[in-house]
Amino acid sequence: MIDIKENKLARSKQRKQAIAFAIFRVLSYSIVAILFIILTFIIMKGVKVINWNFITQMPEEGMTKGGIYPAIIGTLCLVAGSMIFAFPIGVLAAIYMNEYVKDGIAKKIIKQMTNNLAGIPSIVFGLFGMSLFVNKLHFGDSILAGSLTLGLLALPVVIRTTEEALKAVDNTFRQASLGLGATKWQTTRRVVLPISFPNIITGLILAIGRVSGETAPILFTVAAYFLPKLPTSIFDQAMALPYHLYVISTSGTNIEESRPIAYGTAMVLIIIVLIANLLANGLRKYFGNKVKMN
Amino acid sequence: MKSFYKKFSERFIEGLLMLSSSITTLTVILIVVFLFKEGLGVFEQKPVENGYIIAVNKANPLNEISSAQIKNIYDQKITHWNEIGGKPDSVFLFRMEDISNFYSEDQIGSNFENLPACLSRVIDSIPNIIAFFPEKYLAKDFKGKQLEVEKITFSQFFTGKEWFPTAQPAAQLGVLPLILGTLWVSLGAILLALPLGLAAAVYMSEIADDRIRRVMKPLIELLAGIPSVVYGFFGLVIIVPLIQKTFDLPVGETGLAGSIILGIMALPTIITISEDAMRNTPRAMKEASLALGASKWQTIYKVVVPYSISGISAGAILGIGRAIGETMAVLMVTGNAAVIPHTILAPVRTIPATIAAELGETSNGGLHYKALFALGCILFLITLFINLSVEYISNRKKHNQH
Repeated sequence: MIDIKENKLARSKQRKQAIAFAIFRVLSYSIVAILFIILTFIIMKGVKVINWNFITQMPEEGMTKGGIYPAIIGTLCLVAGSMIFAFPIGVLAAIYMNEYVKDGIAKKIIKQMTNNLAGIPSIVFGLFGMSLFVNKLHFGDSILAGSLTLGLLALPVVIRTTEEALKAVDNTFRQASLGLGATKWQTTRRVVLPISFPNIITGLILAIGRVSGETAPILFTVAAYFLPKLPTSIFDQAMALPYHLYVISTSGTNIEESRPIAYGTAMVLIIIVLIANLLANGLRKYFGNKVKMN
Repeated sequence: MKSFYKKFSERFIEGLLMLSSSITTLTVILIVVFLFKEGLGVFEQKPVENGYIIAVNKANPLNEISSAQIKNIYDQKITHWNEIGGKPDSVFLFRMEDISNFYSEDQIGSNFENLPACLSRVIDSIPNIIAFFPEKYLAKDFKGKQLEVEKITFSQFFTGKEWFPTAQPAAQLGVLPLILGTLWVSLGAILLALPLGLAAAVYMSEIADDRIRRVMKPLIELLAGIPSVVYGFFGLVIIVPLIQKTFDLPVGETGLAGSIILGIMALPTIITISEDAMRNTPRAMKEASLALGASKWQTIYKVVVPYSISGISAGAILGIGRAIGETMAVLMVTGNAAVIPHTILAPVRTIPATIAAELGETSNGGLHYKALFALGCILFLITLFINLSVEYISNRKKHNQH
């Protein structure tokens, strides 16, 4: 009698678990499905538009025809500009945080501030960039102002990933180096940085992926609706891929006609993000195995 | 000598490193300074366009008027002076073009040279008049009385229900509809994203085998990496028409569309952080539960979830933060009507979308410009609050463990 009751209990327990797990599995897969719907939709529509001319020609006829060459160049400039600024500073800051400063109030403050900076919405960066770089420092709407704004936005990303990379370096390496009489900086430069280098590069790639898609910070610091020529100096305005997608899909009189261009632009953006993510994951996996073998 | 150089360069490098690490702190401080310096300017400027004045008859006891009162007079919602503390007369509204009812073009003069005198006489002759005109037409011996326009107060700014920053004659700067719009859309987003995100976090940390997890993790990261403008575009071409058709609406750009897109965008944050928290549940705890005869599912909701609840709430809060600060996607799909939302099927306008849509049209240093910076301040404070509360939650967790 007792056996049957327990059996029943166990069975209902099992059934509940099976139902719960099935629900969780379906919900999880539905998230993956959402991702694939977005990706396939944009790639299916975009692939019809994308060809060599699309990425190497200027826009024509009110941006309903032609290519997106200036927007690609503009985004490249902004990515390069922001990384020239954010990457060295971010890596140096992370080295200081991980290798030099001792646990204490200073570290806590820096950490908290970096977290706060990471949490600030991108449009606030846009406001800040406009009031400091564009107006106060008189850079005007320029690649310089946009790059600096984007660089500040990317800084926490670089710092965090670099810190992770440095933390992953086994302490015995440091001790061995210091034991041989090397200074702190020599240890950092000759031992810690080479080991963590691949992971630091992963952070750089992720930051590039993030920066190339940001729109709000460049709205008022650099982005131009349409420019017939390429930028020639860092004080020029520039077109940019995400802003281009925004304007041709929301404003203008011929939204319908420029839809194909919008699909193409969205696909280029997606491809950049895809490549950045694949590259970062690949690097992580490749060097992760290598370090373990050592 | 050599060791001196070595020591010196070590010191120099350490200084350089310290400088770099202080950049984030410096940036946060600069952001606060610039944002608040411009934003607080809203409360120091009169909400009438520079170079314009509002005048009444000398006999009118009123000395000050608020921008909301001006708007209500012009909308003819206020029709008697006693409603705003004057005499029980009706309000006679005088617009610049009305001058032709009183004087002919000849009397005014071809170059408006007599206009100041004419205006002065009109205002002097009608006791219940209110007039709005450019300062350059103010006569030297003006016989009326200029009304002081009240500056916008803190409470008016936060409780005002109308956002018309370019309205004539007086700008209306009430941010309540924008704040409510932001919260409304974000709340909808989190209601959609939380169940889905938690399910995925539980599945990835407790149920799925390692192989599936290794596939899903990068996919979730990819979801986080898609630019917001691409989400907005996707929402614009797929979700907006879908909503319009399903609910048979005149426009599909609604709060619901914004919530759906923001929900998808908040998913990676929620999943990553709560999954991390769940994976940190001590193995011994789980095994103890299983050894007592609990099923895996019972262990999950009786042990793993309660243990990691602070991490889960941190994920949820950060997800809300992401939704509140998101600009482009919301700007593209919510329709941007600055009204207090009553249903999820109506257009709404959020704070970030307002800044993005309007900053381009403002003049540098004007009232509208400053008002948008004030919105930026609000946004900054909200996200700061969110960050600090996440910090508090995770710190409390650490204390409990000891």
